[in-house]
Amino acid sequence: MFKQTDEKRFRIFSTVFLCLLTIIALLPIILIVIASFTDEKSLLSYGYSYFPKAWSFNAYIYLINQSKLILRAYGVTVFVTAVGTVTSVLVTTMLAYPMSRKNFKYRNLLSFFVFFTMLFNGGIVSSYMMWTNIFKIKNTIWALIIPNYLVTGFNVFLVRNYYSNNVPDAIIESAQIDGATEMRIFWKIIIPLSVPTIATISLFTALCYWNDWLNGLYYITKSELFGIQNLLIKIMNNVQFLKSGSSNYLGVGNMNLPGTSVRMAMAVIGILPIVIIYPFVQKYFIKGVIVGAVKG
Amino acid sequence: MKKVVSKKNRGLTKSGPLLLIALPGIVYLIINNYIPMFGVFLAFKDYSYVKGIFGSDWNGFDNFKYLFRQDALLIVRNTILYNLAFIVIGTVCAILVAILMCELGERFRVKIFQSSLLLPNLLSWVVIGFIGYAFLNADTGFINKTIIRLFGGNEVAWYTTPKPWPFILLLVYLWKNVGYSSIIYMASIAGIDKSIFEAAKIDGAKKIEQIRYITIPMLKPTVVILTLMAVGRIFYSDFGLFYQVPMNSGALYDVTQTIDTYVYHGLMELKDIGMAAAAALYQSVVGFVLVVTANAVVRKIDRENALF
Repeated sequence: MFKQTDEKRFRIFSTVFLCLLTIIALLPIILIVIASFTDEKSLLSYGYSYFPKAWSFNAYIYLINQSKLILRAYGVTVFVTAVGTVTSVLVTTMLAYPMSRKNFKYRNLLSFFVFFTMLFNGGIVSSYMMWTNIFKIKNTIWALIIPNYLVTGFNVFLVRNYYSNNVPDAIIESAQIDGATEMRIFWKIIIPLSVPTIATISLFTALCYWNDWLNGLYYITKSELFGIQNLLIKIMNNVQFLKSGSSNYLGVGNMNLPGTSVRMAMAVIGILPIVIIYPFVQKYFIKGVIVGAVKG
Repeated sequence: MKKVVSKKNRGLTKSGPLLLIALPGIVYLIINNYIPMFGVFLAFKDYSYVKGIFGSDWNGFDNFKYLFRQDALLIVRNTILYNLAFIVIGTVCAILVAILMCELGERFRVKIFQSSLLLPNLLSWVVIGFIGYAFLNADTGFINKTIIRLFGGNEVAWYTTPKPWPFILLLVYLWKNVGYSSIIYMASIAGIDKSIFEAAKIDGAKKIEQIRYITIPMLKPTVVILTLMAVGRIFYSDFGLFYQVPMNSGALYDVTQTIDTYVYHGLMELKDIGMAAAAALYQSVVGFVLVVTANAVVRKIDRENALF
């Protein structure tokens, strides 16, 4: 009897406490959503509020009129995320697979080669100088894709461990006996077997590219190449920047800029895709975090 | 027996094709990671844009001397103190959340709470900077206009008042990361043998005693290892947190400047390449030593979990 109520009481306490935490986690995000639907005048006189005096869609109407600028930034981000993720997954699995083969002569050497990149790095200064001076990557779309994120030691080891634990040697050996080339084994056997791990690293990589603003900050100064995150930075510093895209549209440029609410509407647009996709991929995400933490 | 098989098999496994498969990745890591390692010589140069990378004059340890005379103390202090606070408070909060989460029992509720607590982790620092701005900006911010009005007190120009920032940054860090790190602790709690709890229950242990005497001691290895790994990275800070959240405000540098933001300013704003490179090299070398040391300690405690 006693144990029953003790357990129940604890369960209630946990639920209440976690409810509170959940509210704390979500309230800040809700504030910017509400702010983006708040009338500009009400915002300016009463500040950001959960219960605005007047609602309005003006921020979004304004953004729709500026859609050229935003769609372009979205386009850049989508392109970078798609190309970056596909390339990254391909190159990462191709690097991880030989590392998992027990009878590959250079297995340990290769593992150390990858591992050392996780221990020591030359720092952002020398890599910045290399990318800009030698590879002349500044203000090209490749600057958003190539530096830093394409292959990370973390992902390589995640995939290698998956292969080591889930691909039986016998399969590979029998394929070899049948005369399959290594390339064929990789494509026809390994890749189909690695769907779960590919799902996990794709998710991490895609999120990383979608949320990245550092490469843009370092390497992009041309506004045509701004992704959504770098457009956000630009607008935070100078909300008038939004107008620059519209000067060719008659009349639109003269429209009053609802600067405060429009900023928040932009932020909402920036997180919208994540919030939409998140429920469907949460499972893989959590699995990946657990696997990655135990042995990354 | 196994050895025989693999020996026979080695005949079939040629290194060439496997190396070829790994080649794109190898080339990428050489370019992205290894070449910049040699670029650290920039730290010993008086870099000039006219003379270029190789043409600039050497100046020995001048960059370092300057760095240590000027700012090193401040940026290293900030980096380490923030990280220590994040490690200690972050771990405590994550374990608390994980324990409570595991007590819910019902999967649907766990899923709802977990999703919501994890959501902040999926947002970019830029968006979090926007959220911070909605709360903190002086003219229309939620804190000045609503909270302070409600409870009385004077409005604060948050982006130019350094004092509250250590607290703000800690709060933002926890908000973004606790949900994420609690996942790992939840996984370790789930891995504890259920029969231990059953036995304790039969012996009349209350829930709180079970947590105190079973859950927490069982989590110790995970805590030790994650903490050591974090200590190994104590010289690195999350650039986004210290750059986007304070909106890169100069008035706050005393409390927001870490090694990473300092290197950024040196490189992109002051264009003082030599000094930025010196700070970056200092970070890399100390960081390397710390990671290796931390790993050696982890290895001693639990070989399984050591990185190498």
